[in-house]
Parts: sequence; C-alpha cells; structure tokens
Amino acid sequence: MSADAKKNRPDPMTPLDDLIGQYADMPPGNFRYCPGCGLGMAQSALMRAFHRLDLDISQVASAGGSGCYAVMAHYFKSNHVHGSHGRACAVATGMKLANPELTVLTLQGDGDCLAIGGNHFIHAARRNIDITVICFNNFGFGDTGGQLAPTTPKGSVTETSPFGMPEEAFDPCKLAIGAGASFVARSTVAHPVHLTKTLAEAIAWKGFAFVEVLQHCHVLWGRRNGMPEAMDMLNFYREKSAFNTAAISEEECFGSPIYEPDGEQDINFVLGVLHKEQRPELGEELAKLRQRVKGDAS
Amino acid sequence: MTRQLLFGNHAFCEGAIAAGVRFYAGYPITPATEIAEFMSRRMFEVDGTYIQMEDELASLNAVMGASVTGVKSVTASAGPGMALIQNELGQAVVAEIPAVVINVGRAGPGIGNATRSGQMEVMQARYGPNGECPAVAISPATVEEAFWLTIKAVNLSETLRTVVIVLAEGLLGLQRAVVDLPDYSTIEQTERPRPTMPPSEYSGAYIANELTDVPPVADFGTGYKTILNTVGIQPRGGGDGSTQGGRLENQDFTIRRLHEKILSRKDEVIMTERHQTEDAEVVYIAFGTQAQSAYLAMQQARAKSVKAGMLRLITIWPFPEDAVRECCAKARLVVVPEMNLGQVRMLVVNALADTEAKVVGVNHVDSTYILPEEILAKTEEFLP
Repeated sequence: MSADAKKNRPDPMTPLDDLIGQYADMPPGNFRYCPGCGLGMAQSALMRAFHRLDLDISQVASAGGSGCYAVMAHYFKSNHVHGSHGRACAVATGMKLANPELTVLTLQGDGDCLAIGGNHFIHAARRNIDITVICFNNFGFGDTGGQLAPTTPKGSVTETSPFGMPEEAFDPCKLAIGAGASFVARSTVAHPVHLTKTLAEAIAWKGFAFVEVLQHCHVLWGRRNGMPEAMDMLNFYREKSAFNTAAISEEECFGSPIYEPDGEQDINFVLGVLHKEQRPELGEELAKLRQRVKGDAS
Repeated sequence: MTRQLLFGNHAFCEGAIAAGVRFYAGYPITPATEIAEFMSRRMFEVDGTYIQMEDELASLNAVMGASVTGVKSVTASAGPGMALIQNELGQAVVAEIPAVVINVGRAGPGIGNATRSGQMEVMQARYGPNGECPAVAISPATVEEAFWLTIKAVNLSETLRTVVIVLAEGLLGLQRAVVDLPDYSTIEQTERPRPTMPPSEYSGAYIANELTDVPPVADFGTGYKTILNTVGIQPRGGGDGSTQGGRLENQDFTIRRLHEKILSRKDEVIMTERHQTEDAEVVYIAFGTQAQSAYLAMQQARAKSVKAGMLRLITIWPFPEDAVRECCAKARLVVVPEMNLGQVRMLVVNALADTEAKVVGVNHVDSTYILPEEILAKTEEFLP
C-alpha cells in the first residue's frame, strides 16, 4: 500500500462525534441500553466500520427482530425492518434479491439468530446470499430478562437455568461454517479496533458473512455468574480470548463454551476470521439465470 | 389478447404478473404447489425473482423484504402453511408492508387432507393473527376470476398498504378453464403512496393525522430513512423510535387506523354480485366455487315460483354486511351453502340480527361440491 493510500484510509478509531453526524440519528431523550451495556460499544464499532468502508448510509438496509439490540438500527440513518422475532435472515434475503444495490445487514441477538431464527440463518448461509449477519451474543435472552439461549455456556446460571445450564451451547461460528457461510468471524466488544476491522471486512465480503460479536450483559448474565460489573465482563473477554494466529490449530478455534468457575477448563474464545471461502453468490447466480432464460426465449 | 387453457393456480400467477408482481417467495404445499412451480419459470421470464424458501414463515418474510424495496411481491400457501404464517401476516399488516397471500384452501385441521378442498379459513383470515388485526380477503369463483381478482388484490395491497388474502380453494386452484388473457400493458396498476417531500422533511413511514390515512412510505435505498418499526405500536412521531404523545394513545390510534383505512374505502374494497334479490323472500348467500350451485338453486327455485335471490360475496373481509342487509330486506329465509361448518353463516346471522329472517346453512366438510338440490331441499324444509 502506498503512503498516500495509507494516509487516506479512515482511522478505525475516528472520534465518535464525527461519525454520529454522518451515520447516526440519535433521538432526543433516553438512550435505551442499560448503563455499561456492550451494545453501545458494538454500535460505535459498526459506525466506524461504515466509515472505514465509506458507505452511503442511505443505501444500507437492515433487518432485525426482538431483542435488546433491536433499538440499534433506529439510531442509524439507514433503512430498517423491525420484523417478527427471528426472521431477519429471510427479510434480508428478500431485500437483497429485490434490490442488489443495497448493502444488507441483519442485526440479531443470539436468541433471535440461533434459537427461533436458526432455520433461516442456516439456509441464508447455504444460499450464500450477499448479506452480513451480525449476531450480538450475550449468552442469553436479555430483552425478556435473562433466560437461557442456545448460546448460554453449559453450567452458567440464568433465569430459566437456576441450577446451571444443563445443555450444551452452540458454537455460532462452527454452525455458520457447517451451514456453508463463506465468511465467518468472531470478535468482542472488549476489542474495539479488532471488532471494527472485522465488521468492515464482513460487510465488504461478497457473499454470506457472519460475525459473532461477544457482547456482555453484566446485568443479566454477569451478575448471576460472578461478574456483576461491565468491566468484569470486559476483562473476562480479554482474558479468555485469543487471536486466531498460526499458533492456533483449527480445532482450537471452535468449541461449545463451558462455564466452570472453579475448574481449569473455562470459556475460551478464538477471535478473528475463522473461515473464508469464495463461492458463487446467489444474487449473481439469479442474474445469470435471467440472462439465460431470456436467451432461450429469443 | 391470448387465449390459454389455465389451471386456477396458474391464473393467480398470471394475474400477479399482470399487476406488476416481480418477486415470488414460496414453499411447496398441496394444493397450492402449482403456483410455486409456475412462478419458478415465469418470474425469470419477466425479469423477476423466484425463491423457494425454507418454510412459509421465511416466504412471507422474504416477500416483506422485497416489498420494502418497492417490488410488488406475492406468496401462496394452504392449510397448515397458512396457520404457520399468521404471525408474519399480522406483522406485515401492522408494519403496513404491501403483500398478497394466496390461500388455496385444503380441508381439515392440522395437516388436514392435502389433496381435498375446503373453505375453512374464513374466520382465520380475519381472526388468525394476534392482536385485532384487520383483514382484506377476496374470493374468486372461477379460473378467469382468479386472474382478475389477483390483479385487484395486488392493487388493493398497494393503495391500502396492507396484506390482501386471496381466499381460494383447492377446487379452484386445480380446475382448468380457458381464459382470455388481455395485453398486460393495458392493465391498470396502482402504487403505494410514496413521499413527495425531500428526504430531509420525511419523518417516517407512519405519519398519520386521520384514522383514514394511508401514510406515504419510501422504498429502501431511495435516499429516505425508513424504519419499519411497530413496537409500541408504530411511532406516529417519526421513524426513529421516538414517540409523540403517549404510547397508549399511539397504540389506540394505530390499531383503529389499520381498520379504518380499509373500512373508509368500502366502495373500493367491497365487491359482491347480486341476482334477483329485489323481491327475494329466499336469499342464497355463497362465495367461491360454491356460488355456482347457489346460482343454479336460485334458478330452479324461481322455476317453482319461489321468490329466490342470490348474493355472491366476492369480498369476504371486510364482511359485506350492508350488501347482506340490502339483499335480505324482504327475506324470510336465508340459506348459506359453504364448505365448512357455518363460518359465513355466523357472519350473516350477525348482519341480520335486527330482522326476522331465518338463517340456515348447507355445510359440507367432505370436500364434495354442494349440489343445488341440497340447497333446494333446505329451502323446502325451512320455508315458512
């Protein structure tokens, strides 16, 4: 990269105030996240990712459903469908196929994306439709008050697993790869520069991109599992995470998180791009199909 | 004009295409499958998009996604598929996303009897979704009408910004008839209201002052910020999640407006067909494929000097109460033949509550046609 290009590239840590005017549309009154919530950090990383890609925000369309994250899209100047719980991948598929010019995202929680919306998620991945699924994983259902989700680490306490989660959790990234996602990455809100770069790379990716964003909920999950403050959980992500480098084997990248406060095996997260594979994109395939059908007709 | 031999299911598709539909998402389900099959070909011939989704929920959500970009979109289903999508249907209605859903009715609860026909989702169309959701449902009686009423359904969904259900039956979907298809460029198409102000002055897709308003909505990607969020229910003040006035006030206004925007356009929405009802002492009220039998029964009754008339309900929802009252003004007996256990009869009883007319039904749930003789027998049994 030339020195000039380097200079012109937007700084991933551009001051937030500069970005708010360009991308955000903050309503008067209350900001709806809990104090210290990771969603605010995720939102600023997403704005920085838009900035990094120099996106025209009016050409960004997103879909979401129910969950704490659901208010995020309202704070952007983009277009958004706040639809029924879990169906964002299906809505986004319709949007992208009907208007391929749009940059289409889904903003989803772990419960929305992987519990009620799991079926739509795997099929969107299989189709390799050019959308970016951003899954804010806070280990449970936050908006309904902290119940277990398919991502709740085994052993941890939630409102509906008072004796500890008895089930194994999904590794969302492994699921995405298994379903055929062509770009899969994981990051956390405790690593804002990494998160910004990861989101930007995912949005720029042609095809189905999935980013699992570990985003703490100290109020509902942390408090019940020995991490009552936001900083406790940010430190927890820092301590339990490792970047995906050559030193890490492919097997180590994935796993179902297990929560054992006193045990040696604690939760580990490998961050970074975990999978990348160029595959034909559905919208382009359908465009070719239209040409072929027309050719046959004439 | 071209003359074609079409299945009812194919006529729905041609009607949709003639009305400007360029996106179809669906999931195969008997007896609506031919719609998906036909569209998987036709959509690409007309530069549109067909996608087979993973289930009916996904289909209607993909239709919503396509519709918000300004592309007219349709899905079709039946029986259990229709039951499955009730939540999504309500969501499209409250978010005011235009869409058309074709229900090719099968018989029975649960998975039902896939290859058999029924008219069993009359009440579901109106009361299926949660939360006092209004409905627009129209019911074609013939293959030709399947074409024309699908055009009407698409146009109504646009002007009203709502979901229109084409309430059909397996008997119609799988019936073949010769249809004269017009030149599609002559078909009148309507569009949803779109903002005329610059983006800086546009403050959301739900700005309404009157209960009868259908607010303008900008297509995604046209430079306007459109947030289709209905939490709370629909922020009247703007699309940014903020509310003007109290939340409960918004909720009350919005739920009433969703109904009122339809009810205040009855002339446009409600369609019926009347035969010899002016002096009728006996009135047959029917819809869909069973209307044919009611018509024949009326003719046979007239031949026997019974002053019989017939009312065909083309629009089922909003229910044409006024038409029922007008046609039954002199009626002593009203017979409602339908392929269920009396769903429309219940609505007729309600509409005629202040009259002396006796309302009885002829009800089949074995998927066989109701014969004119059965309607006549019922007439003789009850005619005072």
